[in-house]
Amino acid sequence: MAILSLYILNKSGGLVYQRDFTEKLNKLSANDYLVLAGTFHGIHVIASKISPVSHSSGIKSIDSSTFSLHCLQTPTGIKFLLVTDPGQSNAHLLLSKIYQLYADYVMKNPFHQLEMPIRSDQFNRQLTIYASST
Amino acid sequence: MTSIYNRSLHRRSGDVSLSLFALLFAETVAYSQKHVKGVNELEERLNSLGYSVGYRMSELVMLREGKNGVRSIEILELMRDVHQNLWKALYGRSAHSLEKSRSEEDEYMIIDNNPIELTFISVPKDISQLSCAAFTAGIVEAALDGAQFPARVTAHSSGTDQFPQRTIYLVKFEPQVVEREASK
Repeated sequence: MAILSLYILNKSGGLVYQRDFTEKLNKLSANDYLVLAGTFHGIHVIASKISPVSHSSGIKSIDSSTFSLHCLQTPTGIKFLLVTDPGQSNAHLLLSKIYQLYADYVMKNPFHQLEMPIRSDQFNRQLTIYASST
Repeated sequence: MTSIYNRSLHRRSGDVSLSLFALLFAETVAYSQKHVKGVNELEERLNSLGYSVGYRMSELVMLREGKNGVRSIEILELMRDVHQNLWKALYGRSAHSLEKSRSEEDEYMIIDNNPIELTFISVPKDISQLSCAAFTAGIVEAALDGAQFPARVTAHSSGTDQFPQRTIYLVKFEPQVVEREASK
């Protein structure tokens, strides 16, 4: 099992979706997840600002001995954060597939409000199917 | 200049992109929702939008798939036409099953396991009784009305684990239709 959890941040750094794909992760309080998302959004902006070369994409991945965190920022400023087992080399492929599911099952749902938390049964279902196939 | 109007009506036009259709349909539902109070009114509105599509569509399907201008004059025959030909013209395949109600003489059911218009739609829990397939129900209603079999068509979601978007289109014919059928 490669995928540990998924976070989706809106363009202002608010957490709109969070989901763990395994039981072994420590659960945080709802507020802590929001803080975590906001903090990452902040350091992502700082990282792209302190880059010596302009137009930096910001943080793409963070590696540690126990996990890797991969970030995909879309042209509209939405960030997908994927926490995986360390050294996952195909994370970019996983992220773009998740982006595709988001584009289909969230953006084409008439009941979704932009920038608001994602409540979509179909998106959940498709993610479950995809996560279990990797 | 040649436009779509210069082409033969018999020629089938190409398929439409699913993404494009889904985005347009999503916006139709979202727009309609802003102008109604409550779920029933929303279904009513989607139904009437579908009705104006179905009225045109049924005539075109009749022309393309028709049996040399012979009309279906029996309920079952007509329902088969809707279940197969109309569905094929709209969605590229026929619906999954056609059933006659056991309890009611004037009720028929068309069942679609995964309606294409609902592919990307998730209805929120607080309005879970809503089915956006009311649009297709409107199309079917118009097709039946146009064939002189006036009926009321409603869509009901009855998802299963295997087919979460499974939808039943319930057709209830007007009493005079059943009477006419019985007197034949």
